[in-house]
Amino acid sequence: MEDMILYNRLQFAFTITFHYLFPQLTMGLSLMIVYFKGRFLFTNQEYYNQASKFWMKIFALNFAMGVVTGIPMEFQFGTNWAKFSELTGGIIGQTLAMEGMFSFFLESSFLGMFIFGEKLLGHKLHFLSGLMVFIGSWASGYLIIATHSWMQHPVGYEILENGRFVLNNFGALFTNPWLWPSFLHNQAGSLATSSFFVAAIGAFYLLSNRHSAYGKIFVKSGVIFGAVASLALAFPTGDLAAKNVVKYQPVTFAAMEGIFESEKGGSEIVLIGQPDMENKKLDNKIAVPNVLSFLTYQRWDAEIKGLDAFDESTHPTNVPGLYYAYHIMVGLGTIFIGIMGLATILLYKQKLYQTKWLLWILMFMIPFPYIANTAGWYTAELGRQPWLVYNLMRMVDGVSPTVSSGNTLFTLLGFVGLYILLGLLFLMLVLKIIRTGPETKTV
Amino acid sequence: MEIFWFMVLMTMLGIYVILDGYDFGAGIVHLLFTKSEEERKAVTNAIGPFWDANEVWLIASGGVLFFAFPTLYASAFSGFYLPLMLVLWLLIFRAVGLELRGQVHNRLWERLWDRAFGVASLLLALFFGAALGNVVRGVNLGMVENGISTQEPHYFFLALWNPTFDPLAAHQGVIDWFTLLLGIVAVVTLTIHGANWIILKTSSSLNERLKVIIFRLNFALLILVIISAGLWHYVKPFPLTNLRTHYWLWIFPLIGLVGLLGQFRIKQFKKDGTGFFFSTLFILGSFSTTVASLFPTLLPSTNGVNPSLTIEGVAADEYGLSVGVYWFVIAAILVVSYFIIQFRVFRGKMDDVGYGEH
Repeated sequence: MEDMILYNRLQFAFTITFHYLFPQLTMGLSLMIVYFKGRFLFTNQEYYNQASKFWMKIFALNFAMGVVTGIPMEFQFGTNWAKFSELTGGIIGQTLAMEGMFSFFLESSFLGMFIFGEKLLGHKLHFLSGLMVFIGSWASGYLIIATHSWMQHPVGYEILENGRFVLNNFGALFTNPWLWPSFLHNQAGSLATSSFFVAAIGAFYLLSNRHSAYGKIFVKSGVIFGAVASLALAFPTGDLAAKNVVKYQPVTFAAMEGIFESEKGGSEIVLIGQPDMENKKLDNKIAVPNVLSFLTYQRWDAEIKGLDAFDESTHPTNVPGLYYAYHIMVGLGTIFIGIMGLATILLYKQKLYQTKWLLWILMFMIPFPYIANTAGWYTAELGRQPWLVYNLMRMVDGVSPTVSSGNTLFTLLGFVGLYILLGLLFLMLVLKIIRTGPETKTV
Repeated sequence: MEIFWFMVLMTMLGIYVILDGYDFGAGIVHLLFTKSEEERKAVTNAIGPFWDANEVWLIASGGVLFFAFPTLYASAFSGFYLPLMLVLWLLIFRAVGLELRGQVHNRLWERLWDRAFGVASLLLALFFGAALGNVVRGVNLGMVENGISTQEPHYFFLALWNPTFDPLAAHQGVIDWFTLLLGIVAVVTLTIHGANWIILKTSSSLNERLKVIIFRLNFALLILVIISAGLWHYVKPFPLTNLRTHYWLWIFPLIGLVGLLGQFRIKQFKKDGTGFFFSTLFILGSFSTTVASLFPTLLPSTNGVNPSLTIEGVAADEYGLSVGVYWFVIAAILVVSYFIIQFRVFRGKMDDVGYGEH
């Protein structure tokens, strides 16, 4: 049983982590592509049209990866978490089915038109099809987070005698207080990934003296979008999301922040430290007194409940993992604000394109928003443990009863192998697109 | 309400089989019957702008199944764990093969991904046929051994095969001679279907040869259909109970028959789309015949201990199903309008779409 749960969790964690490397780029990038194409319609500068088409190539590749790695996500609810699906399908099936009907058809139909249809459609309709792709991809994110929010903070349900969750208020799924902060936070994260990506490629072109005109466009738009996204990640979206955790999952909040004991007179905010679970304390701690209380309740002396205030059986199963995931996310987010803030100032002073050291930094920032987004999702998911549906259904009660651990390990290994291959092919092709650059080929 | 969602689900699955079916068929044609780079280009051009959207029907069907019939979704997806995972991997290979082949101009590279696309398409057709065979044959619900359920009555697990490949053996496998036969029927059916789509959407030199191939394959299909209908009786006595009591249901096998026999006139068709019309009829007819003869069962039980899974027994609750109708109707109207737009934009022959060269 232990192995069975471990392999099922590992498989879901591995496949979802890999999958979300792609949508986090495409959701934000679709907005930037719409911006480029719109800018072209407005100014009639061919550069912007070429920019939108260049990014569409990278988008299309990422989208295809997102689709092929996304189908296994939908299937795994049934294959690996059958009991969970059976008992909650009447509720989370709603939002997941809506995602298929409302966003996947929209995205796939109009993506084909955006890629193949520029000549057939004319620029205005071409812009419109890009806009549809953007709407579709954000709708997809919204409905997935609506599903996620129900698992974090279940609403609009009743539980029948046979343990089945039944929906009794459809609207509640969409007015769930967990939903909007999480959604906006997530979308800001996605915009961070894509804007840092765009800025990094622009910096690469500027530093290597190729496609310099595009390099400037990419750096400029990447920095502007990136600054907005980084700020929005902290405030208001991150702040609101954290307050939800304080309110609805206080034990998770304590673990995230690394607070083992409730303290009268205000809690410190931990910047660095390693949780020592045996002695229930943080080693090598660097902390600022009372700041956490202020950020949480706007009072310097407000009391924040530590892990000791909750029954051990409700503690998140992996406190150190949760603590690290959260601190990596917040730490990187802070760095993002610093770098993008500085770049914005230099951009305003028209010095950015000549400031090589900052361009180098921008270029090497590519992986970090991916890491921060992933860490953010790990915070949310590890924070929900040991529950599948918060406070109502435990992880162990959700797995498929008839699938043996040997079979799950077999498919887990299969996914690992296949996704390594996919990842290598993907990198090869992205690098090829970037090397070729946005300049039009003479047809 | 359950019946409404049952119709919705079956319609969506039917659309999926018809749409992605021609993609699989095109892949098989690509693997077995193309002789030059130009012909292979014609095949990928014919499906290039469509396969991705076609696959969405599978995802959306999965979503509706999850939402409307969660117990069936949980039971079937965990029970058919291994074949489903293989299907997922094959879908990945199909997609990767199609998307990657044009990215690097190197003969080895192109041949590699051509094969990946072709073989994955062939195996997918085989697996989907075998999947239908598994549903028709039924499974050991509750994993009954010696008259006692070892699991909850709606759960089961199937190995990929058992040593005897016997559909009636106590320990069933996903692949036995009966499901394999249906898999082959699916391969032949979809090859014809895909070839017809290529004829419809391109004007390549391949087309005349494809008509000859379709004509010959259709003979094989006719024989296979007769054999499998006979063996269906052997595996499952009285499969036609519904059709005996409701005569109007004979419309379904009749549609299939028209599609099958009409295809023999392939060489005389004036329009390029007529063959595709008949292969669509055959698929629709045989799919709906199967559904009609099982109704209201969704997954038959092969033991006497646990009952078959029926529409009623696996559906979600009434409120959820009713409220779903509202959003579904809106979504369905949107989906239909996208398809109309898409077909208007990409109407006609696709010879110069340049798929895979972007």
